Amino acid sequence: MAQVFHRSINWVAKFSIIAILGVVGGLFSILLNINRLDYVSGVGVARDQPVPFSHKHHVTGMGLDCRYCHTSVETSAFAGLPPVETCMTCHSLIWTEAPLLEPVRAAFRDDVPLQWTRVHDLPDFVYFKHNIHVSKGIGCSTCHGAVDQMPLMKKAETLNMEWCLSCHRNPAQFIRPRDRVFDVNWTPPDDQELRGQQLVKDYDVRVSQLTDCSVCHL
Amino acid sequence: MTDLVSTPQLSIDAAPEAGVGDMADARFSRKRLDLPQLRKTLSGQSGQQYWRSLDELAESGEFRQLLEREFPENASEWNEGFERRNFLKLMGASLAFGGLTGCTIQPEEKIVPWVRAPENVIPGRPVYYATAIAVDGAAVGLLAESHMGRPTKLDGNPQHPASLGASHPTVQAAILDLYDPDRSQTVKNAGRISTWGGFISGMAPPLASIQAKKGAGLRILTGSVTSPTLGSQLEGILKSLPEARWHQYDPARGDGAELGAQQAFGESVHTHYDLALADVVLSLDADLFLAGPAAMRYARDFMQRRTQSLHGSTASIPNRLYVAETSPSSTGSIADHRLGLDTGSIEALAAAIAARLGVAPGFTSGAPADWAGSPEWLDAVVDDLAAHRGTSAVIVGAHQSASLHALAHAINETLGNVGHTVHYTAPVDVLPADHAASLRDLVLDMSAGQVELLLILGSNPVYDAPAELKFAAAMDKVAFRVHLGSYEDETSQLCHWHVPQSHFLESWSDLRAYDGSVSVVQPLIRPLYPTQSVHEVIAVVAGASGKPVLDMVKERWAADPLFASDLAFETTWQKALHDGLIPGTALGDKPVQLRPLTMLAGFGRVLDVEEGFELSLRPDPYLGAGSVSNNGWLQETPRPVQKLTWDNAAIVSPATAERLGVTNEQVVTLNAAGGQVDAPIWIVPGQAEGVISTHLGYGRTHSGRVGNGVGFNAAVLRSASGGWSTTDVSVIKTFQQYKLACTQDHQSMEGRDLVRQGTIEHFQQDPRFAHEDFGHEFPAELTLYDQHDFSAPNQWGMAIDLSACMGCNACAVACQSENNIPVVGKEQVLNGREMAWIRIDRYFSDLDKPEILHQPIPCQQCENAPCELVCPVTATSHSEEGLNDMVYNRCVGTRYCSNNCPYKVRRFNFLQYVDRESETLKMGRNPDVTVRARGVMEKCTYCVQRINSARIDAKVANGEGRVGGDAVKTACQQACPTGAIVFGNLTDDQSQVTRLKKSPLNYGILTDLNTKPRTTYLARVKNPNPKIG
Repeated sequence: MAQVFHRSINWVAKFSIIAILGVVGGLFSILLNINRLDYVSGVGVARDQPVPFSHKHHVTGMGLDCRYCHTSVETSAFAGLPPVETCMTCHSLIWTEAPLLEPVRAAFRDDVPLQWTRVHDLPDFVYFKHNIHVSKGIGCSTCHGAVDQMPLMKKAETLNMEWCLSCHRNPAQFIRPRDRVFDVNWTPPDDQELRGQQLVKDYDVRVSQLTDCSVCHL
Repeated sequence: MTDLVSTPQLSIDAAPEAGVGDMADARFSRKRLDLPQLRKTLSGQSGQQYWRSLDELAESGEFRQLLEREFPENASEWNEGFERRNFLKLMGASLAFGGLTGCTIQPEEKIVPWVRAPENVIPGRPVYYATAIAVDGAAVGLLAESHMGRPTKLDGNPQHPASLGASHPTVQAAILDLYDPDRSQTVKNAGRISTWGGFISGMAPPLASIQAKKGAGLRILTGSVTSPTLGSQLEGILKSLPEARWHQYDPARGDGAELGAQQAFGESVHTHYDLALADVVLSLDADLFLAGPAAMRYARDFMQRRTQSLHGSTASIPNRLYVAETSPSSTGSIADHRLGLDTGSIEALAAAIAARLGVAPGFTSGAPADWAGSPEWLDAVVDDLAAHRGTSAVIVGAHQSASLHALAHAINETLGNVGHTVHYTAPVDVLPADHAASLRDLVLDMSAGQVELLLILGSNPVYDAPAELKFAAAMDKVAFRVHLGSYEDETSQLCHWHVPQSHFLESWSDLRAYDGSVSVVQPLIRPLYPTQSVHEVIAVVAGASGKPVLDMVKERWAADPLFASDLAFETTWQKALHDGLIPGTALGDKPVQLRPLTMLAGFGRVLDVEEGFELSLRPDPYLGAGSVSNNGWLQETPRPVQKLTWDNAAIVSPATAERLGVTNEQVVTLNAAGGQVDAPIWIVPGQAEGVISTHLGYGRTHSGRVGNGVGFNAAVLRSASGGWSTTDVSVIKTFQQYKLACTQDHQSMEGRDLVRQGTIEHFQQDPRFAHEDFGHEFPAELTLYDQHDFSAPNQWGMAIDLSACMGCNACAVACQSENNIPVVGKEQVLNGREMAWIRIDRYFSDLDKPEILHQPIPCQQCENAPCELVCPVTATSHSEEGLNDMVYNRCVGTRYCSNNCPYKVRRFNFLQYVDRESETLKMGRNPDVTVRARGVMEKCTYCVQRINSARIDAKVANGEGRVGGDAVKTACQQACPTGAIVFGNLTDDQSQVTRLKKSPLNYGILTDLNTKPRTTYLARVKNPNPKIG
């Protein structure tokens, strides 16, 4: 019996093997990379908030320190969000009639708290602590980006595990002197790697321990 | 209406049909235990042998199967009625989507900051408040942990005399009651939803009619009351309405202590003991270390003396504990000498001891013959007591007769213990009463139609009163019935008004502890529902409603001479709130005069173990008389010696089982006091011969989703006279079987030398006996494992002192609370899927007169951990500080780690055990610990969340992050009443754990596998009397 397929068709079989491998590989790499998309991680996406609070205005314009509002950043895992009272220290005197601030005034008047939408939201199985990072020379802007330039709050980094690990494996790239932690204008110097290594030593950062699972997962 | 008091029937698995032949045997799927053969097996063995259950000893097929399988049969199926084939079909589909689950975009979350921030709260850091819980009515001081206004954990207040920082399972589990979704949430009038305002106006007409009659027809029923504020409120009512009556009935309470004091001293006297000074303690059926409001204190005092003499820097005389008890208890299991005796024999033993010591009570019906049970034991106890005059104590259990209590007072007096180890004070209760009589009087008056308005405050007599009294029927004759309770229970079903009661963490109050010291009960959270406290309901009766409870409590104390002036009040008050104690309230010793004693008829009548039986009723060690039976943590905690969960049983000794011709789980019908129940048999070595013990607190019909229909209600066997044991009982064998969920056969360790035990004498002669007589040492360097770098400044380790462990399970429940461990239910326990991270293995040495040993087993945190090597996804790995980390979100559920774990301490979420629906339960979870989902392995982490926060605080403070040796306490360690569990930093030479690990008694289990466990044990050392062979 003659062969069903002519031998000139063989390329189809060869090609399909490569194609299938390619498609499977492609799917796999999509699967691996999908979480890196800004669409998934939410990088650069401003969320709806009850009041369009501008960090740019308050930090760059008014010169407020991070800790004026985020009071527990040095003492607790949670950096803290200001109570309405904090807003009203100023806004009971300035912009008292601004319609934009009506939700703040209403909250204060009616004693009903504001509901802010979380921008930096880690999965529930990750236990991040602000106080230890701040005390070991990891600055606000390293993770939160140039908050002083953001009219509306956005995520600057993916907060994926690989991103966390990039620093936990080699904090020397990012660590800065303690007195510059809250400095929004700090930029890494040219010899950051060298200075960083010295700071890691000075601040007793035990790098090998930073990748222990139980450092973040409890 | 009256049908509510009938026994809830056990659902009994129909026994499989079998052909003719050995009827009894063939009808049971479980093979009948051949007890004579077991005895032979035991007698043929040389040296000390310990075994964990009768099935293990008998090497029954069921047991072999349990051993050979990682989890019991069917445990690996992920749902009942769901076969592997179906599973594979579904798996095909789920695998296809499996990889995509990691791609879900997180749902949006809200942050809700305060409008006005409270002082002293740092978001993300817990705050601790001192408060107190009522244990049998009396205070145990607590430190309650609050996360952003939500109480999440209860622990003992180290400054409180009744706890010294320790706790018990019931104390730990009380937090779950607060968040119980089945709690009563609204006022109800005749079954319809109403309001508190509606209740107040509804009460007006009957109250007016009562007031016109100076209170005639008003009856108030409460449990034991020690609260001074409630006391003054009630006294106020009784003063303004002199014809009203206040009755007290606490179903778990024995009246023997109160009546015994009356008999001995002619007045109400409260007794407590100073076991720190006691060299010799004789317990006559007192579960000293687990039952009652002083148990934590007694356990700590006694065991600290013991461990001091073993590991302490200063040598002290080791103390000795003798226990005679009906049913093996926690206390009995750490006794140096223990006898299982029926109630009559215990009394005869006491009479014999009294006679030898020269105490001569009168007897209304002839003195019992000298106790012949164990002359050697009697001689030894008498000699020991006589040799330790002033430093011994004879302590009688709460459920023993008044005469026995009185006799013990006389013995202690003769021994000169009063004022040293035994202290008499004014009563701790506001109004000491014979509860059984008080309830009887109430029912008589109700039946006679003399009660118009009945207020039942926090009790549930329809369920827990002796059925003989026919409480429900008597209630019909009461015109107006009001019930205050946390649940819409059996009693509220029969009341016109039901008012939901606030949890103690929701409302102000005060309580007296066992030594009289008063604690303010401080709320941590506003009531979750519109609930009321007992003070508010009483205020309605007094016509003073509307006043905040805090004001009522403050007014009571502002008027107290202790608070000298108005100016100082607020300062003293704030300090009392902060410390958890009102200073100067402890009751001083009260001089008493012993009267000539006459023992009542029947005293010391020894049970005829050839013919008769004794029925002995007791409150359940965890559920009490049933008020907390909707608490899943307590239901699922294995009972200390029996290891039963989710059921009560008729507990008998092996010999009694032989005499009855019954085997485990065979149902018998018990008849006593006109009541009848079907109870499954559970054979426990160490149980007194002829005594059938059973526990109250089960068989609830209106307790909630957890407690309904669990076990049988033993209250129907109670006698109205208040006795806790009777020989007037009939036992009828049935051929039905009822499955009991017992945890003792699970995760067995094949009888290696896991528990090592010796005597003090042995220890002094050969301090290394725990190594030389047992096991074998291996060169640690012979290993194929990669060696970890353990140079980090903190290295964690644990030492568990087996001398001090009494198996009370405080550690297990504390762990459950701290680590968000789910409850799985009876079916799952039967499948061996209980989730407890720390289990307590219990071993027996003998069938008839066993020694009972306990060994808590948390994760051993092996330095060479077998589990880590086999995980395909590295979900479990080693930390630099020596912890065996477990990453839940990485785990894919292969269960290889559990297979490879020699200690069987890993727990797998076969199903979605954690309740993700009930909103209130979410509030009670520890926010610092991940809530695990289905398909994930979990295990003890040495409370790594506590370690981390201590390390971070240390790093912020001193850079390097070295944590003080004893700075971190694990939840189990913190709860342990006896201090048996010691955890700490091994790099600190001065830490308690380092010192204990240097003890020659220190050994690891299964170290021949070269696992190098970080958790080690100190061999148990007893202090037996050499005169008892």
